[in-house]
Amino acid sequence: MIELRGLTRHFHVGDQTVHALRAVSLAVPDGDYLALMGPSGSGKSTLLHILGCLDRPTSGSYVLDGHEVGSLPEGELAEIRSRKIGFVFQFFHLVPRLTAAGNVELPMILAGIRPGERRARAAKALAAVGLTDRASHRPDQLSGGQRQRVAIARATVMGPSILLADEPTGNLDRASGREIIELIERMNRDGLTVVVVTHDPEIGGRARRILKLVDGRIASDGGPS
Amino acid sequence: MNALDLLRFAWAALKGHRLRTILTLGGMSIGVGAVILLTALGEGARAYVTNEFMALGSNLLIVLPGKTETTGNAPILGGTARPLTLEDCEAILRHSRRVRRLAPLSVGSARIGHGERRREVTVLGSTPELLPVRRLEVGIGRFLPDVEIDRGAPVAVIGRTVQMELFGPENPLGQPIRIGDWRFRVVGVMAAKGQSLGLNMDDVVIVPVASSMRLFNQLSLFRILIEVGAHSEIDSARQDVLDILRERHEGEEDVTVLTQDSVLGAFNRILGALTLALAGIAAISLSVAGIGIMNVMLVSVSERTPEVGLLKALGATPRQILKVFLVEAVLLSAAGGLLGLLVGYLGSAILSQAFPALPTRPPTWAVAAATAVSLAAGALFGVLPARRAARLDPVIALAGR
Repeated sequence: MIELRGLTRHFHVGDQTVHALRAVSLAVPDGDYLALMGPSGSGKSTLLHILGCLDRPTSGSYVLDGHEVGSLPEGELAEIRSRKIGFVFQFFHLVPRLTAAGNVELPMILAGIRPGERRARAAKALAAVGLTDRASHRPDQLSGGQRQRVAIARATVMGPSILLADEPTGNLDRASGREIIELIERMNRDGLTVVVVTHDPEIGGRARRILKLVDGRIASDGGPS
Repeated sequence: MNALDLLRFAWAALKGHRLRTILTLGGMSIGVGAVILLTALGEGARAYVTNEFMALGSNLLIVLPGKTETTGNAPILGGTARPLTLEDCEAILRHSRRVRRLAPLSVGSARIGHGERRREVTVLGSTPELLPVRRLEVGIGRFLPDVEIDRGAPVAVIGRTVQMELFGPENPLGQPIRIGDWRFRVVGVMAAKGQSLGLNMDDVVIVPVASSMRLFNQLSLFRILIEVGAHSEIDSARQDVLDILRERHEGEEDVTVLTQDSVLGAFNRILGALTLALAGIAAISLSVAGIGIMNVMLVSVSERTPEVGLLKALGATPRQILKVFLVEAVLLSAAGGLLGLLVGYLGSAILSQAFPALPTRPPTWAVAAATAVSLAAGALFGVLPARRAARLDPVIALAGR
């Protein structure tokens, strides 16, 4: 359960202050499927980063599963990212020198999980995205869609409650994009809260709920039209 | 993230940039190798000099005319000193129980000749005792006759080179040679010995000391070499000699008595300083290698900024990021150090093969210091880049900016 109240985020660029988010209040229940839409610079990515505990609000509160997390120190935010949040990025962000399995094992290595368990869980996560036969391939030996599926396996292998996807189909052809979004929707049906940032109305339209941001404010919040 | 995972991660990162890693390893191993090789050279020189002295025995006292206040160094010019005479030698032998043997030494340079052949050589005047005191050996014939110390005799013992040059294949024993205007008879040839303390012992002629002093018109001996009975008595023997000579020289202490140890000590100090200087030069290359590691790590951090962002998004704490890069830097420098040890040992092994006289062996302190410094360099020069990585804002890092 995500609850934001009066959330703001300012950036200082030179001597100017950029208001990326102005008094955003929002509740996302567990298992929700939310699309964040809006023009460039509307604050979508900033909101996603704050939701993912990569960034902290300037003011306002962010309560995640009943705990205020907006002002936690970096070390504790890392812990939350490790246990509760999975990220999927537009440009995949796979480590090129590691195999698909190696990439999926990364969050578990950081969390200090034993090698035996790591391998088993990585294999399971790769199977869930249909890449069992690509486990020992390096990213440059995989197609774009396959890379993004590795990234999804990596994002979900720690069993997070929230999946945050920043333009997950933005770098893929239409067919692969559809496969990826269907994969994410399947995981949502299994109970994962999903927040997708997208420009693509077709992708956004598939969500249960669409949040439109304009100039750092929520312009509209509702089901697909 | 446990130690093994950290190592594996760092290893994969280093393997990913093979050329860069190899070059950095090269820098580090040259630094460490230079420290080990150069200090091994310095130590080898010291061991060489020590061996040369030790070959003479450690119970040696050297008496020379004249007096300096500086210890360890011989006076350059005798100046107004009272001469050191053969009577002095006899007095020392008579009055000190601690002296086992004594060999007076007079040195001159003369033209010698046999038949039509001539040669300029160093002529040593001494007694039969010179043989044991200087650990010399006779090749053929015999050494100087055991006559009274102040009686000359027209006999000479020649070095190997002198034999070859003057006599060729001819048997030199019993043959006459001219030394200056005097005629001597060859009674023996020294065994080949080569350079010993700056004098080519193969290119000398040895005659009885009284003959040599008359030949060169010398009033004073050049040296008196004294062998003491036991090493523990060397200081009291030195005092005996000083006392005896002071009494004979009207109460004035006008001779210098060097112990083998003091001469050796002086050489050791000089060569020790040389070793340190070499180590200093090598340390410079080691620190350059350290900065090289910092450079590579800085490049690596800025190149892998998106990766740092990713690791943070996957739940890495700043501490973990710090460790990842620090371990990489230490791994790099440790591997370079290890390689350097190999290079250093291999180099000094090759050197001692090529120059057997120079016993190059890397001193333990230099090996320990170089290894420690190479490890510390990785940690020290790795900290700055690692901290930079740990402090990266994950959002900015993910964007790759």
